[in-house]
Amino acid sequence: MSQSINDHMGRPVVVVTGIGIVTSLGEGKEDNWKALIAGQSGISKISRFPTEGLRTQIAGTIPWQGDGMFFPPAHSISLAKKSAVEAIEQAGIGSRGSFPGSMFVAVYPAETNWGQRMDVYNRADGGDSEGYERILKNVNKGDFREYYRMYQFGSIAEHLAAEFGPRGLPISLTTACASGATSIQLGVEAIRRGDTEAALCIGTDAEICEEIVVRFTLLSALSTQNDDPQGASKPFSRTRDGFVMAEGSATLVLESHESAKARGAKILGVVRGTGERADTFHRTRSKPDGSAIIDTITRSMADAGMAPEEIDYINAHGTSTPENDKMEFLALSAALGDALDGTPISSNKSMIGHTLSAAGTIEAAISLLTIEAGVIPPTINCHEQDPNILMDVVPNVKREHVVNSVMSNSFGFGGQNVCLIFSSEPA
Amino acid sequence: MSTEQSEVWVTGIGLVSSLGEGLDAHWQQLAPGNTPTPSIDTDNQAPFPVHPIVDFDISTQIPKRSDQRQMGKWQHLGTYAAGLALDDAGVSHNPDLLAQTNMIVAAGGGERDLEVDSAIMATLAQGDQEDPGTYLNNTLMSELRPTLFLAQLSNLMAGNISIVHGVTDSSRTFMGEEMAGVSAIETAVGQIRHGQGELFLVGGAYIAERADMTMLWEFGHALWSGQQGSVWDRRDTDGGMVMGSAGAFLVLESKEHAEARGAQPYARINSVVAGRCNRQAGEAQEVAEDLLEQIADRIPSGPLPVLSGCCGVQPQLNEELEFLKGLSAREIDPVLRGVTTVLGNTLEAQFPVNVILASLAISKGAFFDPFDDTGVEQEFSGQPEQVLISNWGHWRGESLALVDKPDVPLRGQD
Repeated sequence: MSQSINDHMGRPVVVVTGIGIVTSLGEGKEDNWKALIAGQSGISKISRFPTEGLRTQIAGTIPWQGDGMFFPPAHSISLAKKSAVEAIEQAGIGSRGSFPGSMFVAVYPAETNWGQRMDVYNRADGGDSEGYERILKNVNKGDFREYYRMYQFGSIAEHLAAEFGPRGLPISLTTACASGATSIQLGVEAIRRGDTEAALCIGTDAEICEEIVVRFTLLSALSTQNDDPQGASKPFSRTRDGFVMAEGSATLVLESHESAKARGAKILGVVRGTGERADTFHRTRSKPDGSAIIDTITRSMADAGMAPEEIDYINAHGTSTPENDKMEFLALSAALGDALDGTPISSNKSMIGHTLSAAGTIEAAISLLTIEAGVIPPTINCHEQDPNILMDVVPNVKREHVVNSVMSNSFGFGGQNVCLIFSSEPA
Repeated sequence: MSTEQSEVWVTGIGLVSSLGEGLDAHWQQLAPGNTPTPSIDTDNQAPFPVHPIVDFDISTQIPKRSDQRQMGKWQHLGTYAAGLALDDAGVSHNPDLLAQTNMIVAAGGGERDLEVDSAIMATLAQGDQEDPGTYLNNTLMSELRPTLFLAQLSNLMAGNISIVHGVTDSSRTFMGEEMAGVSAIETAVGQIRHGQGELFLVGGAYIAERADMTMLWEFGHALWSGQQGSVWDRRDTDGGMVMGSAGAFLVLESKEHAEARGAQPYARINSVVAGRCNRQAGEAQEVAEDLLEQIADRIPSGPLPVLSGCCGVQPQLNEELEFLKGLSAREIDPVLRGVTTVLGNTLEAQFPVNVILASLAISKGAFFDPFDDTGVEQEFSGQPEQVLISNWGHWRGESLALVDKPDVPLRGQD
């Protein structure tokens, strides 16, 4: 057997053959990449809904193009379809409506939006009744089947499954801000155990509305630097004050190397390893010693069979919250040791914002584009680096650099930690 | 990669439902000779009946008040049932085992603050706000509790299980109603078979007494508001489902791992297969036929206990029944039990509940008496060696699973 068919642990090598991406920077790999290496920001003042009374009034939204009022699941599905079509076309895999493998969709938890809730409430069937009694009466008499099809927790993945025709059940998953990375992890695991030859890993999140902004605000997670939207997301900076919410989607087509070679597909990169370790410390914070994140990173390198010196670049989780960026540095220092000194790290979130459930997938896509281009997208808005974060964060300007391997970190509320390692060639 | 596949054993069970708490309480209701008494509340979500969750004392599984306050009832229930399963498996308080316990939780979301919702709806509906958007922003900012979001987040059931019980290997949360439970167990079984983990905590929870969820199902007119009774009584009607409450978690383990630590199984998960379609007429039945084809060689001919998750929504009810009756063409004589007749549709928890009930029947060496007298459900005598689970989603997804008897002494045979 050729060595490149199986990895150092005798498992099938998993490669990437298709990439698709949609963010506030643009649609498609080309537009996104141009903006990323030019250091552009996709963040702006929110215009989708009134922001008076909100502490945070900025986000990386993507304009809603549907009819009528904003309908988050439809928006998320629409973005996911765009990124998936781009990835599937690049991979040249399957046929229209028939993807020959499993599907894993990282998506936010569904919730009926205020517009739709008031649409139901304002119907007349409920008479004088109020509250949910009125809602139930109106729902019982009305026709809201579209909401039924769209607001279930599995709705977005189901619509995507109906469109792309994967094998088996689509898996709809959430691990908060690590969701996108988890979808790739699940795809890798399914291919490694021979359940499938290919996996369609989609992350999509386009749910920015009043209530979600309020919820994150009440957790003190968001930047309130409303006066300078494009400058607000400033990972690793001394004056960072929270993340900036954003919308987007990305898709990776994963395949066993054997299957990709057999059909002559172009290999865009290899998923060398994945690591994970759940934290038990707190619902929104990491253990102060960083042990769960350190374990996550160490496990990803062990899984990849790689030493810290072999990591050429780190695509940071880098949210721009005071807590995350500090902990990420602490954990990387411990896990990579001296090797961290010579390793550039940057945060795509400085430009794109934090696309939450989609972030892990989007950053995986950009990690692979970074390998291809040999250019590292910068961490913008880094004019005053936090003196306690001693890393080469590629401030403000892109850098040409040979990148054969990338580590991509994702950490989420609920103690979710995932680390992925990509490389250019099979070992 | 080893080609030798591990057997997957059920070595721990945590179950709380509308029938009671714990396996013994469920067996008392379901053992042959006993007739389960479904618990139904017709007021809470009127006009829709629901099976309410029994009272459970969270302090026994979630001792810290600071933890209790960070969750709503839905997360309490899941964290509680997960703790019961870990206790039952002998994994609780064992740091070495907990550090290698992988978790897959099938989750919806946590409770909204219905009082805040109601106040906002009433005010916005009056239409006398000069600036309704600002009113909504200000009200949400001042009325929503900061902890509420964490209590609502789907993956925070898993997060709380990690924090409260110390489960720290992988942690994944699957969404997607009934099929989330199916995918969770299907994935765990696949991972154990292929050495991607030896010890898993898998399950989910659902609470039916929630108006925001009742609204969601009735958007599709999927709820039943007719006469109480067997799910099979809805054969000649437009159908509908009665929602049920349950927290259901299993500890799944490779045979080798269980034997090495002296853990006995209730049962073995032989196979889980699942698919989907757009539910055009007859399509779900075709999917189920394809799934059956994948596992048919594992099912012996003759009487076969079948737990159906059929929830009563039409035309799926009639299609699933026709599919199950069609097993006779393979010389399988299905002996059906419509689980939703006694427990309602427990959604994300439903498939875990069915795997638990199948394991219970196998470990006790007896199948349940018919849940009704419609004639659809027949007597079964003898010891079940296999139990087939047929679990279709009310909207999407079809699945089959086979739970059987491993060739070792089983737990709970007293």
